[in-house]
Amino acid sequence: MKYLDEFRVPAAARRLMREIVESDCSGTFMEVCGTHTMAISRAGIRPMLAPRIDLVSGPGCPVCVTADVDIDRAVAVAGLPGVALATFGDMMKVPGTLDSLASAAAKGARVSVVYSPLDALELAARSPEVKVVFLGVGFETTAPAVAGTVLEARRRGLDNFFVLSFHKVVPPALRALAALEEFQVDGLILPGHVSVITGSDAYAFLPDEFGIPCVVTGFEVTDILQAVARLAAMRLEGARLEVEYSRAVRPEGNRKALGIMDRVFERCDAEWRGLSEIPGSGLKLREEFGDMDAGAWDVELPEPGGKTACRCAEILIGRIKPPECALFGGTCSPDTPVGPCMVSSEGTCASYYLYRESAGS
Amino acid sequence: MKGTVMCLAVPAEIIELKENDVAVMDLAGVRRDVSIMLVDGVAVGDFVLVHAGFAIEKIDPDEARRTGDLLTELARLEEGLDEVP
Repeated sequence: MKYLDEFRVPAAARRLMREIVESDCSGTFMEVCGTHTMAISRAGIRPMLAPRIDLVSGPGCPVCVTADVDIDRAVAVAGLPGVALATFGDMMKVPGTLDSLASAAAKGARVSVVYSPLDALELAARSPEVKVVFLGVGFETTAPAVAGTVLEARRRGLDNFFVLSFHKVVPPALRALAALEEFQVDGLILPGHVSVITGSDAYAFLPDEFGIPCVVTGFEVTDILQAVARLAAMRLEGARLEVEYSRAVRPEGNRKALGIMDRVFERCDAEWRGLSEIPGSGLKLREEFGDMDAGAWDVELPEPGGKTACRCAEILIGRIKPPECALFGGTCSPDTPVGPCMVSSEGTCASYYLYRESAGS
Repeated sequence: MKGTVMCLAVPAEIIELKENDVAVMDLAGVRRDVSIMLVDGVAVGDFVLVHAGFAIEKIDPDEARRTGDLLTELARLEEGLDEVP
């Protein structure tokens, strides 16, 4: 496939790995984005770089960082009479306090898995008697698409399409992470596709204010290894922000997509699993689109659950690795997930489990 | 196609422009509609990154070529090293 195959060059990957391992590069680097975590696990890079280079995973999995109370709200909305909830597939099995969307569906709630918010719009168009609610989860890669769908719903005069938004934006979370006293990483591997939208300039504060080297990179093994090599080099050269994924990421990002996102959504405070509440990190529908906001509906929520042994919150900020959790691989596995880090197709625990990684190497 | 919120976006070629900001893309031989409302100046023959039914950006062919050339060079160096003298 064009623009994929030319970057899958095993010999180049071997060369990069050789250069990294033979130098005396060292450091602890965090890959922020869940897609990078999965790519790293799949390629088996972690054990090859250890012990001098340690890769830890961050909070860039929008499914994983969705708080229990928000899952509960999605479940409650799905159960309302006359409502059909449309969602991306990876939200289906995330456990809330009592139910996941999958278990709610088994008990009679109308829940559909869609590939695109536009599919949810079509559902609404075909079934005018049904209130179709699209569950909006995702960062800046996804929020503009949902915003575009809201505008399209307006254009077509559909009055039975709604959005339940738990969208979040990444830069405020990185700021909160960098400000944590325990945050000791030597460099950040920044998301590829979130950055296509936001632009790399959105992260300039990380080297400038916090002295953290950063590389925005793509998802091929060669992209990731280039990033690791540059981060290690920057420990000596000085912290900067570099863009390895220049074939898709520009400093200013995609202004049109950002404009559409801002037209439909405004910033609000949001709760992130692992990072608690982060001001200005969430997206809610603007008042102009208030009639489409299913987040404003009155629903009954269950009492918040007690603490479980799930340590997803610590994993999301890189404090521990999945095998250090007592539940990992036993009680908690992809078949019987306890927390979202195992449920999500790109959750850290799912990545480690699938590719058989252990804590040490 | 099962939907995912994740960062996954794949390159596809634009093969036809329709009305209302919709285009037809060729994704690994499969033709599907894609919304181009998030990207300016999309033309037939452009390659775009597609996520959740939307093009999110055009792929820059010059930058792609530069990265590709770098990888080719790295591969050449690696293969040179593996040659039995």
